[in-house]
Amino acid sequence: MTVMASSPTEYVTHHLKHLSVGEGFWTIHIDTLFWSWVTGLIFLGVFYGAARAVTAGVPGKLQNFVETILEFVDKAVGDAFHGPKNLLAPLSLTIFVWVFLWNLMDLIPVDLFPVLAAMVGIEYMRVVPSADMSATFSLSLSVLALIIYYGIKGKGAEGFGKEFLFHPFGKNPLLVPFNLILNTVEMIAKPVSLALRLFGNLYAAELIFILIAMLPFWIQWLPGSAWAIFHILVIPLQAFIFMTLTIVYIALAYEKH
Amino acid sequence: MGINLTLFGQMLTFLVFVWFTKKFVWPPVMQALEERRARIAEGLAAAERGQKALEEADAQVAERLREARQQAAQIIDQAERRGAELVEEAKANAEATGERMLAQARAEIDQETNRAREALRGEVAAIALTGAKQLLEKEIDATAHRDLLDRLAGQL
Repeated sequence: MTVMASSPTEYVTHHLKHLSVGEGFWTIHIDTLFWSWVTGLIFLGVFYGAARAVTAGVPGKLQNFVETILEFVDKAVGDAFHGPKNLLAPLSLTIFVWVFLWNLMDLIPVDLFPVLAAMVGIEYMRVVPSADMSATFSLSLSVLALIIYYGIKGKGAEGFGKEFLFHPFGKNPLLVPFNLILNTVEMIAKPVSLALRLFGNLYAAELIFILIAMLPFWIQWLPGSAWAIFHILVIPLQAFIFMTLTIVYIALAYEKH
Repeated sequence: MGINLTLFGQMLTFLVFVWFTKKFVWPPVMQALEERRARIAEGLAAAERGQKALEEADAQVAERLREARQQAAQIIDQAERRGAELVEEAKANAEATGERMLAQARAEIDQETNRAREALRGEVAAIALTGAKQLLEKEIDATAHRDLLDRLAGQL
């Protein structure tokens, strides 16, 4: 607790503060960007390394690992989405592995990086990008853009617009406003629910780890390991849910009902 | 907490990562998977073809064996028949030769008999002539009684 403030409240708030520059909306969370770059580059490095040395013959262990994940994602995409997969499949892979690695950062002891950062004079350090709403919304809003893109691609601009105006209540002009409101709400609900689900899970988990860290050191192992073991389930699950919902939303937008 | 400029930074990052994955990670691995799938399928097909070829070869071998056995049986049969024929021929030849020799021997015997008879007849004629000469005590002119003597000899 050397770097941290003395009272528990200050300890918690300190841990929940981002390393940032700028004011208001123009704030940039350096730590979120940094750690998502680090995790992303680990992902790309490992997968690119495997892809460069890829062979159709007997695969090595790394290639096996990468192939397993790719096939898993490819199957998940193929099961829900029946259009061209050349963009959606790599996108889903990126979401799945990247979000997984973000979540995995939560298993790193909560004080480790803040203390290390404090040693070199950095005051704040949050290492879990998925516990930052900006990060989760960046993904879900990208997905929203893709939902609109795929909607127009699959049904044409006219078809997409018609569905927005005349679905689900019908073509009666009196009902158009209701359709419009419902579809707008639905359109907004998708990215919001995507982003908040991931954020909520990881933020809460991080908070609980912080609370556990405030317990006396001789009892921390018990709730700490219990929560960590439970979290091992949550980490891939949340990544998987984010990927699957992305695929499902895009498939719904792309395919005619 | 909250949403701020970080979001756009993250979006940009996401865009770059997706681009990179789409360009450099996904295609080669998927291609390798596809290629391996094709190779395995090919291997399985080849194994099946090999199995079928083996079965065909087995059937062919059995067929050849059967043919060869049949041919061998035919050859043995033919040889036996030819052997029997040869024996028959030799027997027939021997019989014919035997008969011919027998006939020749008979003819020779007949000839000898005739010759002996002729000789005997001449001698008897001479003896009769001598007897008659002695009986008549006189010389009979052989030439004058040639007819008589010949008739006598003919009657013998």
